Amino acid sequence: MDFQVVVLAGGTSKELVPLVSKEVPKALLPVANRPVLSYVVELLEQSNLKDIIVVVEGEEAALLVGGWISGAYVDRLHVEVAAVPEDVGTADALRAIAHHLTANDILVVSGDLICDIPPGAVAAAHRRHDAAVTAMLCSAPVSGQPDSGSSGAKDKARKPGRFNTIGLDSTKQFLLHITAGTEVEKDIRVQKSILCAAGQMEIRADLMDAHLYAFNRAVLQEVLDQKQTFQSIKLDVLPYLVRTQLSSELLFSGVRAEDHGNDTTTQNDKVMLSQLLSNTSMPSFYEFYASGSNGSTPLPRKTHKCCAYIASKGKYCARVNSIQSFCDINRDGHDPLARTHPFIEMSSICQVIGDASYLSGYSFSTHNNIIHPSAALGSKTTVGPQCMLGEGSQMGDKCSVKRSVIGRHCRIGSNVKVVNSVVMNHVTVGDGCSIQGSVLCSNVQLQDRVVLKDCQVGAGFVVTTGSEYKGDILARKEKQ
Amino acid sequence: MDSRRTSRVIDPKIRKVGFFTPGPPPDRTQSGPASSSPPASNNSLSPVMIPPPRHASDNLSRAVAAQLGPRRLPPAADHVTVGSYNPPDSVLGSSPVSTRIGDGEFSEDSANWIRRTGSGKLGSSLPSGGFDLSAAKADLTAQKGLAVSRDEKDGEVQLQSSSKPVKEKPTKAERRALQEAQRAAKGSNAEGTKPVAVSGEATSLHEQMGKTVKHPMPKKEGPPVTSSVAASEKKGGDRLTEKDRKKDVPPPRMQFDDKSRVEKAKRRAIVKQTEARNRVELFRHLPQYERGNQLPDLESKFFQLDPMHPAVYKVGLRYIAGDIVGGNARCISMLQAFQEAIKDYTTPPEKALARDLTAKINAFVSFLIECRPLSISMGNAIRFLKARIAKLSLSLSESEAKASLCSDIDRFINEKIILADKVIVGHAVTKIREGDVLLTYGASALVEMILLHAHDNGKKFRAVVVDSRPKLEGQALLRRLVGKGLTCTYTHINAVSYIMHEVTRVLLGAASVLSNGTVYSRVGTACVAMVAHAFRVPVLVCCEAYKFHERVQLDSICSNELGDPDAISKVPGRMDVNFLDNWANKENLQLLNLVYDVTPSDYISMIITDYGMVETFGNEFNFNAGIKNGSH
Repeated sequence: MDFQVVVLAGGTSKELVPLVSKEVPKALLPVANRPVLSYVVELLEQSNLKDIIVVVEGEEAALLVGGWISGAYVDRLHVEVAAVPEDVGTADALRAIAHHLTANDILVVSGDLICDIPPGAVAAAHRRHDAAVTAMLCSAPVSGQPDSGSSGAKDKARKPGRFNTIGLDSTKQFLLHITAGTEVEKDIRVQKSILCAAGQMEIRADLMDAHLYAFNRAVLQEVLDQKQTFQSIKLDVLPYLVRTQLSSELLFSGVRAEDHGNDTTTQNDKVMLSQLLSNTSMPSFYEFYASGSNGSTPLPRKTHKCCAYIASKGKYCARVNSIQSFCDINRDGHDPLARTHPFIEMSSICQVIGDASYLSGYSFSTHNNIIHPSAALGSKTTVGPQCMLGEGSQMGDKCSVKRSVIGRHCRIGSNVKVVNSVVMNHVTVGDGCSIQGSVLCSNVQLQDRVVLKDCQVGAGFVVTTGSEYKGDILARKEKQ
Repeated sequence: MDSRRTSRVIDPKIRKVGFFTPGPPPDRTQSGPASSSPPASNNSLSPVMIPPPRHASDNLSRAVAAQLGPRRLPPAADHVTVGSYNPPDSVLGSSPVSTRIGDGEFSEDSANWIRRTGSGKLGSSLPSGGFDLSAAKADLTAQKGLAVSRDEKDGEVQLQSSSKPVKEKPTKAERRALQEAQRAAKGSNAEGTKPVAVSGEATSLHEQMGKTVKHPMPKKEGPPVTSSVAASEKKGGDRLTEKDRKKDVPPPRMQFDDKSRVEKAKRRAIVKQTEARNRVELFRHLPQYERGNQLPDLESKFFQLDPMHPAVYKVGLRYIAGDIVGGNARCISMLQAFQEAIKDYTTPPEKALARDLTAKINAFVSFLIECRPLSISMGNAIRFLKARIAKLSLSLSESEAKASLCSDIDRFINEKIILADKVIVGHAVTKIREGDVLLTYGASALVEMILLHAHDNGKKFRAVVVDSRPKLEGQALLRRLVGKGLTCTYTHINAVSYIMHEVTRVLLGAASVLSNGTVYSRVGTACVAMVAHAFRVPVLVCCEAYKFHERVQLDSICSNELGDPDAISKVPGRMDVNFLDNWANKENLQLLNLVYDVTPSDYISMIITDYGMVETFGNEFNFNAGIKNGSH
């Protein structure tokens, strides 16, 4: 279908330290015991997109990601892993691989996207309108866990997280306005020309840019070339394209202009042909604008279309680093650190298990949880719903696991409570521990009677006997 | 024109167009010997409740078809009526004009086209059925042309009435047809095959005609003649489709009340098709699907459709989303998509370009049909393209062949559509006088061009744009006209009789003009034309010749397109008016959103084509006359 796919997998994102380390780049961070990247790759594979370019920041991370991909998809997919220097923006990453891009349209996907929206839908919407860019929008996740009754009263006062301010036209097909990042908090500035042309605009704050874009390649490359200062797709490129959609400076939209120079008769025929095609079709505001309000403008104004594909409510869509602007409700108020500190969103992981089990490819047992057959449970140990227990993990007696994910080959002693937590692979937990709202990275060792609340424990860290932590980041010394 | 019209008053009750319930038997006879209206017509209602053709004039051929032959009562009147119905066709058909359809370059295509259409007509009891045969044997007289007007019938005629001109020995095909007819007449429903000459397109017609023939068939009559014919036709159609499915597109028109066929088609379908609930009984044979899910579903499959060319896919998406509407626009965009696909096409090893590309095009076409039923103009264009592919010389290399096809498509667009439009505009502008009040309905691109051109020429006139729900296409037209400085009046179709007092001419576009002069167009056109006729306002229909079709359609039921029923349940701009939400859950409510209707030629004063302006004379306008009068 003449589409190329670029997955921006990031590198060792600073924002996710200590969960992410040199050994575990962001793309390989386990979500429901599978690397984040696998969700994207499998989504693409389902759509029959087998040629994928994965862009990873940093050579080492690229090696790791490449190794994992070649191990997991060697026979099925043709994946190229490209390494770009660390700390470059998404736009720079695309610039770096621009010479690889040959197809007519480019699908750019963020590597930390977990969703079940077929990318084909976005691509189709893009093609249908001949758009310069099409962005996928999904409803912004409602933060927090549904059953957090304790702080319910306080939650009502909170606004749901706002990621983007998005303006749509009346048909909800075109993107008239978008702000992202810090711009969101500022006043909304809407261009008059766009507003005049579109007639009305619907401003939505409940939508989120899902970081899945379809770009016209020519447009993308032109923008990247011309605007060398652009760092990020989300913050620079997309807002730029949306802003200039009615006063396009792009050359690509001059396809029609190429026809000049032919003799006038064929010119007339062409005009007639385009009239025949356009007049009977349902015109969007672009056509109205391009031809002037009364169709008398001598030269059609240049426009390019910015489309939006709005995912239907039933679809699941979340990003794994979408914590920047809000924290989990449970942690709210406990610890100012937790609020400012990026943290893997618990609810997102749990929801992956809960709502989108088919995404993760597991089937639920009767208790609405996933326990690998090789996992061993001690007596009187309970594993609650929406939990996951990886292969080869052992649990002692009288444990209780609620709304948590436990990775492979973990050894958990007796009388351990795990609530709202993520325990990655090869973690050892001693007897009588209590883990609440925390993330334990791989190879963490918890000795007996450790109490953790809202902590993130970096890989390989050892928590000594009897210690209690609350809202801390625990990582090995050289990390900090 | 007007004076002649006034002399021949048509009682509005006589013509029942479109959707009507079986009323009392007709109380009039139209000019011409209609003595033999089929007996027991009232009992002959089939379950589908299509009223029997009781009216003499245009249903006559059906009546004749129902009566002729197998029952072996050859009332002379029938023959006379056949004769009275046919000669103009036959005369014209035998005249060499027919090959002049295409100008110069296209002559061979059009000859081919005619041949094919002719073969389509075989056995479908079209009045102009004798056309291609007579074209083939140009020396036949009109009478002979009459005799071969329909193969089965033809056989019958020859059998029954020796008085008929049993000219030279019947050709092999004719003898064969005769045999078939006899066999069919024996009531042996089991066998009975189609004449060989019938191609896939013909079968579609057959099915359709078989159906229409079947309905009026009186049930109590012994071995049901027509039904056996219909059955045999159906069978033949079946067999042929299976055999030729690969080869012939557009595939036979499916009757969507035929469960098993629908199931089969569904399995092949790319677009997910959930049949709409609460379909109107009378229109069950037409496809109607739930609209809501089609677009998202097709979109989500974007990358899964490997064999589909992106350009074709895009056009399909736009059809389904309603981005492209209108016969010309749909046809042009389809052709351009095919052009893209042909450019990117490479012949797989060990396959012939002509065959493989045809198969490819067929796949594209069936995909497009799933997106939206083809318009007649598109059908003609596809036929043209396939004829070109079939005619490709084997000596051409692949790139040459592709280039030649692409330029053929370009020329088709240029000559058959754009140039034709220009010529039509030129013709039509001569019909606009100073101070005219021109009424148009809907948004025909052609009419728009005419109005704008007349305006540019400095003619002073006023335009009345009549519009109708649910599409309100007229608004876009109005916006453009007003933008160009025309004086316009905008009204809805419910006010058409009010506004018609002021109007001096009605200009209408058409989706197609059928061979009996019937104009097949946007629903509502018939109403406008009838009102205009009642007010003695001349009705000019503008239609490019490539949209002409040899089909004969007497009502808008047997072949039509069903639009989205939800569209009529919503009031634009009024979200609060939602009384019909969830109508699909109410079992005793069915919504019908027809897309086309047919306007009988009685109500049309003139048809303006690229071959010239044709006044419709008498009851019939026909295609050939149009060509003959053509200025090219």
